Parts: sequence; structure tokens; C-alpha cells
Amino acid sequence: MTGLRRYHAAVWDEPVIMEMGAPGRRGILFPPFEPGLAGASEAGDLIPAGMAREDRPALPELSEPEVLRHFLHLSQETLGMAGISLFGTCTMKYNAPVSEQAAWRPQLAAIHPEQDEETLQGLLEILHEFDLILREVSGMDQFVFQAGGGAHAAYTHCAVTRAYFAAKGELERRDEIITTIQTHPCNAATAAAAGFKVITLMLEEDGYPSVEALKAAVSERTAALMINNPDDMGIYNPHIKQWVEIVHEAGGLCFYDHANFNGVMGKIRARELGFDACMYMLHKTFGAPKGGGGPAVGAYGCSDELAPFLPRPVVVKAGDRYRLDQDRPQSCGKIREYFGNVPQVVKAYAWARAMGAEGIDEASDISVLANNYMEKRLLAIRGITKSHPDNDVWRTEMTRYSFETLKEETGVGVLDVQNRMIDFGIDAFWLSHEPWIVPEPFTPEAGEMYGKEDLDTWIDVLAEISREAYTDPHTVKTAPHNQAIHQLKGDALEDPARWAMTWRAYRRKRAAAAPAAATISAG
Amino acid sequence: MIVNPVAGLGGAVALKGSDGAATIAEALRRGARPRAALHTTRALDALARRRGDAQILAGAGALGADLAAGAGFAVRTVAPATPVETTADDTRRTAAAILAEGADVLLFAGGDGTARDIFDVVGAALPMIGIPAGVKMHSAVFARTPDAAGEAAARFVDSVERSTHEAEVMDIDEAALREGRVGAELHGYAATPRLAGVIQSPKSAPRRFDEAALDAAARDIARDLDPARLYLIGPGTTTRRVMRALGHEGSLLGIDAVAGGRVLGLDLTAHEIEAHLAATERAGLILGVIGGQGCLLGRGNQQLTAAIVRRVGLANLTILAALEKIAALEAGLFVDTGDRELDDAFAGYRTVHTGPRMSSIVRIDAARTATAA
Repeated sequence: MTGLRRYHAAVWDEPVIMEMGAPGRRGILFPPFEPGLAGASEAGDLIPAGMAREDRPALPELSEPEVLRHFLHLSQETLGMAGISLFGTCTMKYNAPVSEQAAWRPQLAAIHPEQDEETLQGLLEILHEFDLILREVSGMDQFVFQAGGGAHAAYTHCAVTRAYFAAKGELERRDEIITTIQTHPCNAATAAAAGFKVITLMLEEDGYPSVEALKAAVSERTAALMINNPDDMGIYNPHIKQWVEIVHEAGGLCFYDHANFNGVMGKIRARELGFDACMYMLHKTFGAPKGGGGPAVGAYGCSDELAPFLPRPVVVKAGDRYRLDQDRPQSCGKIREYFGNVPQVVKAYAWARAMGAEGIDEASDISVLANNYMEKRLLAIRGITKSHPDNDVWRTEMTRYSFETLKEETGVGVLDVQNRMIDFGIDAFWLSHEPWIVPEPFTPEAGEMYGKEDLDTWIDVLAEISREAYTDPHTVKTAPHNQAIHQLKGDALEDPARWAMTWRAYRRKRAAAAPAAATISAG
Repeated sequence: MIVNPVAGLGGAVALKGSDGAATIAEALRRGARPRAALHTTRALDALARRRGDAQILAGAGALGADLAAGAGFAVRTVAPATPVETTADDTRRTAAAILAEGADVLLFAGGDGTARDIFDVVGAALPMIGIPAGVKMHSAVFARTPDAAGEAAARFVDSVERSTHEAEVMDIDEAALREGRVGAELHGYAATPRLAGVIQSPKSAPRRFDEAALDAAARDIARDLDPARLYLIGPGTTTRRVMRALGHEGSLLGIDAVAGGRVLGLDLTAHEIEAHLAATERAGLILGVIGGQGCLLGRGNQQLTAAIVRRVGLANLTILAALEKIAALEAGLFVDTGDRELDDAFAGYRTVHTGPRMSSIVRIDAARTATAA
């Protein structure tokens, strides 16, 4: 396609830093001791003999500009997080530097959670204010930010559920949690980790489980329903209120995993649908950074009835002061140390304040509009179909597509397409959680922050790859070609004998694997 | 294409298969009517909708050529005409001729016996798709319905990748079975196309997870058995895990009876099962889901007659299957006991155990027309 810009990643064929430098080279040369300090004890004397290393560490010896240049090159070899990334099944948003700056301020960066709470008043105020915002968004009565991610918030719900039914004397009997096959798998996993039996409902013709299936699953053993809506395919279950009623009639709790909140922000409140608790991912939906396994926050909110069982401490406002309420005898205890990844909460608070209620509502409209615009264009591309095509209700913020036709007709599958996308300088999409109900799946999410030009660029790349698949499948199957490195064989990831997390392990395993090759390269 | 024109004859008249000329004669004498022709025509119609231009290599007359020509295909006859009483030799001879001529895919109508006869000749050299028409269809080469078989053949021929996977060819020795001896046999692995809708995973890890999850679920089931109850267990690899959890090897393809941790019998016939049931007050049934078709009763476990299932009671049924297998089903599970009333009583939602303390609620339908005899 002629409209696509040419792209090639930087290629710096450099060795790893452990193999760079020269003996004796230094970044900084320190002056000799001043006369009065020369006889003072060495810092090393402070370390107990049993804990001190015998040999100096084998660090690479480089000058400062060499180090900076090397890491600049490494950064140039990545796509970074500011490109076009319609990852999918995870909302990706631009993280504004103004929010980052709030988190860098020493009033936040230089404090410690064990400081006296009188010295943390500003921070506690932000936590409380953001709690109030999320209450407004969800209809819930109390939020906590201890969970270090979405799955962790799902686990929080299981811990709260356990404490709630233990207090009622029903925990022995209520040992089942119900979820669905297109709810994020962390719900089933955390329920099992918390000791519950898990019942997973399967999809029926419309793309969601039937009310009858739920009725068959619910009993006096039901502790909770844990569900995404819209689900992992962007399909909204229209019977959700009835689902909540059915579970409540049986005495169970209902947890709304709002991982896919972007499509319904400002449109529905979990509490108004009857849910007892919900979860938002601040590192996705609320504009704080996501990715790389970095800090995340699963904001968990619940009704007054469940609030006594929340993990402690809870930030409360008393008069015009804020304090950390530790005296909560029915609490499920600690989910994580202290009160969570607070810098992320501050960024999410900054995002929410910048957006305002109308802005959040509009962002949801835009993300649904953008997804449906994409859907129209993507389905016009040869080889792409969508899940449950007979369900003609509009998808919300994302749509589950399939490259099954492309694969059957050209041999090019979704993993090949992923490899080829990065040749155009855009991020590859994510596929689908397992199991793959839809073959060769992908589930891009447009979100509200990319403009039409960016979406068109992304779609044009897929159109071009489809064209290539039908005319020159070899190029797609051998991609990437324009990247810093070429196609990786994933088999090493399956083989512990070839994993190397440290330089020492790398050298040992490489030597063990190929002594002959090492000899040749030495020659 | 190969049609075993007498496939399925034995089942309707309780002969546990249709292998051997004497059996066929007995089945015909009892009034059995072959369904192979009907099912083959349906598969061919589905094939014609996508690939009406396909050329079909077939045995003469009832071995396939007549039906293929009738469906409007260009047909080349590769094996000479035979008398009405077709034998397994005809199937093997036709398979050898098709293999020699070279074909993209082999579509055949029959049951496990036919699959085995073809597999003996072509091995994994020629991908095969079974049109379900036999009594026993344990083998994983069968499509769910005749239409699906035709559709799969067309899609496979059209696909560039022509991806296949290993599918079990299983059969039991019918002559021995009728003499009361049961020999369960995994005969080998044929190549069969990866069918659309069947879950594909980018890595093999979930399969290993499935195995471990099923073993753990089997241990849970074994641990919770009521010692005062007679359990009928099987057939298949999944329910064999329960037998192994109980410390017994179990028969792969048969129904085994266990009570109080002791094996009362392996590979039982319907008659033997009834005798065991007569001697017990309470019974339970532990079933797996056979192959990728979602059949719970009526395929490969015909010894569980409708009367036996009624006697055990629908409330005393335990189902064990891998989550991925259940998720892959396009339309839930189905039962085909031959007893419409019982099938209807089955209809609804039932628990399927998928792992340790993990289960699913799956819809069970009464047999659809495609599977009814």
C-alpha cells in the first residue's frame, strides 16, 4: 500500500555490555583521599566477614560515554511505548508527562509509608479523593488500592468473599465460585488459589453463556459470581442484571471484573446493576502506565456490606484530617504491603481530574466509535472474520477477530502477522487469552486516544499484510525483516538447559551446550 | 472416496459392529438397513457446495462411484465392481488403488472397522476424514456429522497449509466380543485434517496442563466414590484415569464395574452390566466425552443401553472431560441412546469435571438427525 511510510529499526550489532570495554577503563576518576581521611577505616570494614565477597565483582570496565551510548542504542532498537499500539484485551493509553511529573515530586517520591500519618496528609487526601471519584464511577461505597494489578484485585475479592462468609458462618458450605470461559482467566485462577471450587460456564450461540446455564450452576454452595462484561471478545451480556439477581437469590456475591471498562465508562455503574464489588485497572483504564511488568494497581471497590472485610488499612477522613484505619477486626488482612503502588494512584488521579466526568464519558463513546470504525474496515480485509458473526449487537470497545480464513487460504497465521506488523514500525497486537475458542485470534482495542489517522495507519498495515499473504506469503512467514533482530525461534524458551537469566548462567550453559562451536569461534 | 456400503448394519440389530460376512448376512436377515449411502450423499452435497469441481476417485458401484456420480461429481473408478456382499478386502483394495493414484484427501463412510481397514493400507500417508456411518466410531478421524465431513474435505483441499494431526484409529475385535472376550486396541495413528473450530494452541503447554488437570480430577472423583455403590466406568482414555486413580489399569474401550474399590468386571457386555446392576441397590456411571464430536452416549459405548442408563439414574452420572475439549465443542454435548424419551430427559445442563475442584456446566442436547440411525 503506497500510503504506508517506510520504516527500518536501528540495528546496532553490539555485544552485550559484559563483553565490552577494556581493563582499567573507568567512568569517573575520583581524587585521592584528603590527608585527614587517609587513615580512617575502609567502608568494607563495616561488612561482617562472612558476608563480604572475597573477589572483586567482574564488572565490565567502560567509560561513561560508552555506557550511555550503549544504552541509547538499546533504546533505539525497541519500538517503545509511544508508538501505535492497539494491543487488545488490555486498554493501552498515552501516559501524559504531567501525570508522571506529579508522581516524581519529592512530596511523593521521597516519602515512606511508615512515616507518621500526620506527615502524609497530602497523599492521604489524594487517596481519599480518588476513592470518592471511583465511588461515583461505580456506585460502590469504599475503594482500596492495595492490589498490585487486576488479577490481584480479583484475588482481593476472593479474600473478601472468604472473610464475609466466614463471618456469617457459611464458608464451609459456600465453596463454589462461578465464572465464564470468556471472563479473564485470573478470575478462575484466583478463586482456585483462594480455595474455592471453580465452575466455568461455556458460551452458547450468541457468544455468552445462557441464563439457563447459570441457573444450573447456582446453588446453596455458590459463594460468588466473577465476571467480565463486556467479555474478552467485546460482547456485552445483555442479561447481566438477571444474572446478578439469580446469584443473589442463592445468597452469593457478585464481582464485576471491569478489565474491559473502557467501553462502558460513564454508562453503567456496577452497583446499580446489583454487583457487590468491582475492580478497575488504574494502569490501563485510568491512564497510568502499563507494561513491562511494572507497577500496577487493581482498585477494588465494594458495598458497605462488604467494606468491613476489606484489606487494611483503609484511608478515612475524620473532620479535616485523614488517617489510616488499621482497627478493622473483620478485615481479610493484608493483600500486599502498606497501601499499594501509590505513585500509580496519583497518576490515575491526575488523569481522572484532567478528564472530568464528561471527559470520561466521552472517552468511552470515542473508544466504542473507534472500535466499530475499525471493525468496518478490518472486516473488509481479505482473510479476516469476527467471532459470532450472527450476533448483530455492536461490539463495545473491542472485537475478537480471526485469521483462520487467511491461514487456510495462504498458510499465513496470526503469529506470522504479528511478526510482520513490527516491520511497519507499529506494535504487534495481542491474540486472545487461552483457550483459543476462536482460531488464529486477535482482539485489537482502539481506545479513545488514537486519532483516525493512527487507526487508519494500523488498519492499512493489516491490509498490506493480507495482500502480501495472498501474493508473497514467504515474506510474511519469514518476518520480521526491518527490525533490529530477525525472527526468533521460541524453542529455547521451552528448554531450561538454554535459559540464562544471568551472565554467569549464560556462559556456563553456552559452554555446556556447544564446546565445539566455542572453539571454532575462538579460532 | 471409499464407502463401506454395509457399515452400521450390526448396530441396529445389536450385533456390536458389522465386520464379517456372516454378521452382515445375519444383520440383513434381522431387517437392518444400511445408512452409509444416505450419510455419504449428505457429505457429498456439502463437498459440492464448496468444491463441485473436485474429481473423485472411487471404487465401482456401491463402493462409492455411484453415489459420487449421483452427486454430480466427475468420477474415476479405481477398483472393479464387486458383489453386493462387500467385504473388508474391497475397502483395502480400493484404498490401495486410491493411494497409488494419488489423492489430496480420503473421504470414507463407515465405522471403526472401515477406518482400520483403510489405515492398514494407507497409514499416515494420506489424510483421511470419516463420514460417521458405522456402529462404533471411537476413532478420532470421524467428523461430527456427514455434512461436516464433506465441508472439512473441501476446506482441507482449499487450504494452503493442509495441516493435519495424529488421530487415533481404534477398534475392538468384534468376533471376540461376540464370544464374550473383549480386546480393546489402539490400532495406530492416522493423519486427519485439523478441522475448523477445533482449538489450536500456539504452544503445547496447555495440553500438558490438561493431562495433569484430568489426572487430578480423576483422583478427586476416585476419592469421593461412595463405597456402597456400584460404578460403571468408561470407555476411553479420560475415564481410564479414574480407574488408574483407583489402582486398576481398566479397559481402554470397555465399561468396567467397580464397587468398594474392587473391580467386579472389565469390558462388560450389556448383559453382564445388567446382571451386576440386578445385584446392587445403588449405581453410578462415570463417563468421558469420546473424540471431538461431543457425544456422551451412543458412540462407542453402546453397551450402555437405554435400559442400563435408566436403571443407574440420570442423577448418578459423573462426566469427566478436558476444559479445552469442552470449550472446543461448537454446540455442547449430545446423547444418542436410540431411546428418544431418554435422550429428551438428558437434555439440559450438566456438570462436567475438568480439573481438580474445577468444573463446567455444559448443555446436553438430544441426538440430532445427523446421528440418529
